[in-house]
Amino acid sequence: MESIYGTWPWYISGFLIGVVMLLLVYFGKTFGMSSNLRTMCSILGAGKTSEFFRFDWKAQRWNLTVVLGAMIGGFIATHYLTDPQRVDTVVLNPTTVTELQAMQIDAPNGKLLPDAFTSAEALSSPKVLAILLLGGVLVGFGTRYAGGCTSGHAITGLSNLQLPSLIAVIGFFIGGLIMSWLILPLIFS
Amino acid sequence: MKFIKFLLVGILFGIVLTKSEAVSWYRIYEMFHFQSFHMFGIIMTAVVTGTIGLQIFKRSQMKDVDGQYINLPDKDKGFTGYLVGGLLFGLGWGLVGTCPGPIFILIGSGFYAVGIILLGALVGTYFYGLLKSKLSH
Repeated sequence: MESIYGTWPWYISGFLIGVVMLLLVYFGKTFGMSSNLRTMCSILGAGKTSEFFRFDWKAQRWNLTVVLGAMIGGFIATHYLTDPQRVDTVVLNPTTVTELQAMQIDAPNGKLLPDAFTSAEALSSPKVLAILLLGGVLVGFGTRYAGGCTSGHAITGLSNLQLPSLIAVIGFFIGGLIMSWLILPLIFS
Repeated sequence: MKFIKFLLVGILFGIVLTKSEAVSWYRIYEMFHFQSFHMFGIIMTAVVTGTIGLQIFKRSQMKDVDGQYINLPDKDKGFTGYLVGGLLFGLGWGLVGTCPGPIFILIGSGFYAVGIILLGALVGTYFYGLLKSKLSH
């Protein structure tokens, strides 16, 4: 039981994510999280100004239910399957910690997200707010342009041996490498 | 009642992504810096599990809960959209460390700052809808 509260190993986590994808296929659906962003835009009335959002969003209620479940799952995992006293989760390579320190980003010490992005102090900074908003815009625009995200392309598409998904995943990594190696150090210098 | 199974799958997904720390900004940073095998191990195991499972589904001509033969549709042919869209998403992923699934999971976990990322993601999706006809796919 003790190990439930720590970091779950990659082979168990990866296997269970594969199972989630397969269960949805068995339920007659396709695993894809970013589609929900389009559905939410439609519900918010984006169809008034763009054809792209005029579709039968009610057919996507199953996927919104997965989202609701995922939020509940996150809540359960952080509130009931995590020991707040433990600091031996999110254990990073010491090199990573040193690099982050140089960018004034706090080490995890058991936290999932840096205070540099989530603390009340950080959120009073226009710079941090702009980073979160811009990051979100890139995620929303990019996933729709690519027709999927990590779940739709990297997990489902690659498992289904789809070349377009491989192209998209290569794109994810080129973008991530550019941001992480070249742009992040400029933003947080 | 038919939605219960989707709710349960979602709960499993949220728990696994949180406990594997795939929702963590730190894990995404270390992945892009090749400083840990953890995220690569997760993605590779998920893809291997998925590939084997889908092959079994297809070869055994299994039917889904609606009685249809299981056959995932092929993605549309294309190049530019997948690469450029993927690259733009990658920039966002590398910056705020969240793909769409974790955005929802983290908000459910009580990280309300991630609500700003969600707002941005909805705006980004809306921009795509406005510009779709002008973009090369």
